Amino acid sequence: MNHAVSDSQDMRHQWLVFGLMFAFFAVAPYFIYPVFLMKVMCFALFACAFNLLLGFGGLLSFGHAMFFGTAGYAAAHAAKVWGLTPELSVLFSTLCATLLAWVVGLLAIRRQGIYFAMITLALSQMVYFVYLQTPFTGGEDGIQGVPQGHLFGLIDLSNSSAMYAFVLGVFLIGFALVWRIVHSPFGQVLKAIRENEQRALSLGYDTDRFKLIAFVLSGLVAGMAGGTKALVFRLASLTDVHWSMSGEVVLMTLVGGLGTLFGPVVGAAVIVTMQNYLAQLGSWVTVVQGLIFVVCVMLFRKGVIGEIASLIRKPL
Amino acid sequence: MKFPVKTLLAALLGAIGLHASAQISDGIVKIGVLNDMSGLYSEITGPGSVVAAKMAVEDYLKSSKSSLKIEIVSADHQNKPDIGSNIARQWYDTDKVDMIVDVPTSSVALAISQVSREKGKIHVNTGAATADLTSKACSPNTIHWLYDTWMLANGTGKAVVQHGGTSWFFLTSDYAFGLALERDTEAVVLKNGGKVLGKVRHPLATQDFSSFLLQAQASKAKVIGLANAGGDTTNAIKQAYEFGIVKGGQTLAGLLVFLPDVHSLGLEKAQGLYLTETFYWDLNDQTRTWSKRFAALNSGKYPSMDQAGVYSGVLHYLKAIDAAKTDDGTKVAQKMKDLPTDDILFGKGSVRKDGRKLHPAYLFEVKKPSESKYPYDYYKLLATIPADQAFRPMSEGECPFVKN
Amino acid sequence: MEIFGIPSQALFGQLLIGLINGSFYALLSLGLAVIFGLLNIINFSHGAQYMMGAFVAYLSLQWFGLNYWLALVISPVVVGAIGMVIERSMLVRLYKLDHLYGLLLTFGLALIIQGLFRNAYGASGMPYAVPDVFMGAIDLGFMFLPKYRAWVIVSSMFVCLTTWFVIERTKLGAYLRAATENPSMVQAFGINVPRMITLTYGFGVGLAALAGVMAAPIYQVSPMMGADIIIVVFAVVVIGGMGSIMGSILSGFGLGLIEGLTKVVYPEASNTVIFVIMAIVLLIKPAGLFGTEK
Repeated sequence: MNHAVSDSQDMRHQWLVFGLMFAFFAVAPYFIYPVFLMKVMCFALFACAFNLLLGFGGLLSFGHAMFFGTAGYAAAHAAKVWGLTPELSVLFSTLCATLLAWVVGLLAIRRQGIYFAMITLALSQMVYFVYLQTPFTGGEDGIQGVPQGHLFGLIDLSNSSAMYAFVLGVFLIGFALVWRIVHSPFGQVLKAIRENEQRALSLGYDTDRFKLIAFVLSGLVAGMAGGTKALVFRLASLTDVHWSMSGEVVLMTLVGGLGTLFGPVVGAAVIVTMQNYLAQLGSWVTVVQGLIFVVCVMLFRKGVIGEIASLIRKPL
Repeated sequence: MKFPVKTLLAALLGAIGLHASAQISDGIVKIGVLNDMSGLYSEITGPGSVVAAKMAVEDYLKSSKSSLKIEIVSADHQNKPDIGSNIARQWYDTDKVDMIVDVPTSSVALAISQVSREKGKIHVNTGAATADLTSKACSPNTIHWLYDTWMLANGTGKAVVQHGGTSWFFLTSDYAFGLALERDTEAVVLKNGGKVLGKVRHPLATQDFSSFLLQAQASKAKVIGLANAGGDTTNAIKQAYEFGIVKGGQTLAGLLVFLPDVHSLGLEKAQGLYLTETFYWDLNDQTRTWSKRFAALNSGKYPSMDQAGVYSGVLHYLKAIDAAKTDDGTKVAQKMKDLPTDDILFGKGSVRKDGRKLHPAYLFEVKKPSESKYPYDYYKLLATIPADQAFRPMSEGECPFVKN
Repeated sequence: MEIFGIPSQALFGQLLIGLINGSFYALLSLGLAVIFGLLNIINFSHGAQYMMGAFVAYLSLQWFGLNYWLALVISPVVVGAIGMVIERSMLVRLYKLDHLYGLLLTFGLALIIQGLFRNAYGASGMPYAVPDVFMGAIDLGFMFLPKYRAWVIVSSMFVCLTTWFVIERTKLGAYLRAATENPSMVQAFGINVPRMITLTYGFGVGLAALAGVMAAPIYQVSPMMGADIIIVVFAVVVIGGMGSIMGSILSGFGLGLIEGLTKVVYPEASNTVIFVIMAIVLLIKPAGLFGTEK
């Protein structure tokens, strides 16, 4: 995994791509089924959150679904049972995911590499089974009939254009947050820790604290994605906390390009599109996903954006 | 006074509209068969339901000489509410599907009912059991066609208690269906003087019931009530034999058992089971003829109650469309309630205001191997429960838009 | 009679069921531990290979009429061979990279295998009959133990102990262990290290397949059977110590027993108890109860 340090010239390219991405999502709903696009955006944000931790921080979490799913349940509950307005539901769900990430992070950060991944997997399985049992999640039924509510108490989100604008807004905010983190001094130190933790330690950085903060931030953004998704689909279910969801986000990030800013967005788009169009073929979706994993690992480790970035020799 | 162009135009268009023979959106009636195509309920519903739906369309067009253009699509919801509701939403939004039929797995049915209501479409549910579909979760766009947990509890449950099963232990599938079935059956057991000694919940689609069955055995209840269905029920029964539970004197009560389940268990293991269904292929000449025709199209497998229900539900839906001259979901649902039902499989019946279809229910006992004379000769008819007694009275339900 | 307030009949019954589950945990974690301990590969496709083992048994019966006993031999060989092909063609290229890629590759392979089987056979189980000699149950007083399940416990203990003995106490095992510590040195002695690695991977996979055949009569042959169990087996291996053979065996049986106990005392937690233990072990001794830090 090699990544150039960005400077202001490289930033111009990134701004251009950002503009293209924004234009695409702004115009696309007129041509493509908006609910599908909203799904892509939610997963893109989830993948961005995951990439922050793995691509930039070098930490593989195999349990990220626990943040995504927790936020889903939190937002669903807040909107349905407490009647909170959507922006408050998403804020609340983000808060819940962040707290969980802090607790899990405290436990997991103490170990490295494969052990770290295993702890996150174990803890996420615990979270899954807890949710399976607790009544408020509705178990196999999930929380259904989540109201979309009125944004700020004024704008009716059951109007699909309003909902789309809301999701686009959340996505852009989340993406901008990740961008800001990556390009900040904090982001630089994080990359340094990923490259060589010993050296960073010897330079006096409290690497554990940096890793924990990265973990919490990653959980936070994943929470934004999960909470929004529950409102879009009016449903929070066990699928969102299952370990196969953790596997999917790894796949999205891998396909798009680990350690790139726009990679996760492309990866999410590819995977969600594939799932949609192959849905008629039932289990072939799983087979194709597996094939993509294998091909990416064997031949295509940089992912789509990663390959493009190395071609034009600029970070994306 | 300004020339009332707009009013004139509106009147003209309205007049044209009235003369249209049917205001069918984009000219096609599209029916979506959504069920479990590959999992534990696939034998009971699955591709067989699609066969039944196609037969219904064929028969309807032939008998009524209707000019409707009808298409059928199908999909696998894999027993997951999020997959089911995504398919439903996409079907309604982009694929112009007008009605969704079947949908086993109560948790998915509840989601589909919601989505159908949201989009003003119609859902004819034959597959799911939860009686909540015509109670707490009722909707003017959902017709609960075939059976429900209240009917099962008052059919099978009551029969078992009255035959001496006075203490119960429940083995329950841990989701909307199992919990509803357990709740309704427990009510019947208690009402008839029985006791419930314990309950254990198992995840949907469990392969190994050994630890749950041991708990049931330890409770020493006379009856082990299986509040589950499909593969879960057959696995539990098979393993109950392995662990000597039946030999030890306890009875198994399969609260929801379909013909394909009995077929896969074999009469050796299934004999003596009480079950309540609203259709059996061997009931009369009409059901026999239809079922043999169905089996020829379904790889020789005889129809389950659900597959028969899909046939009957689709038929009535098409009748209602022609009568209402529209495929607007809410209006057709109302028409389905206005028209009495009548078909070769379920006879005469009606659809209630809360969406509950009424028809007689039958209490069967599974035959001993020696009593079975030909393939699929599995059931003995013990009693017929008339339509007005088989289902929960509307007044006892909690359907919001009927309460006045 | 009650022990800690639980009727002993219920307790012993659940513990015995727990031991049966534990047998599978032990067999599967043994295969994983062999592969990780000796090859440093995290074999995420272990669950899918277990499932393939069960399917080979089912299909050999359906297509060729070959019975359970033949399947016990054929299945590990067939699936092991497939495993060796995977190792030679794909895994070997990933050894110089981060462990992460091996995990992702085997995860992808698991998805492919599972998807293909699910397409062909649906998601619910296919019945596989218990071999005739094991029909019926033994009356233990507190429960009826189906004879087949008793066989599972005995035979898996036998396989586990034999494997442990071969690896830890024989010359072959010594070469294996040496090759992982210092491949070039062992190669210099004239031993074909890459071939040994391939055979070892094949052996680990074969163990998974063997577990699959033994599971077929109990758990039904289903494409999803591997996915459900793989995460638990990972937990067992981590608890035992990722490279320790004896650790996995003891943890497998031990955790099966603990799971059984939890089912009696606090059933709702029975799914999570293994993960709770894993989290605790990772915090206190990340190398596992019997492992050594690499």
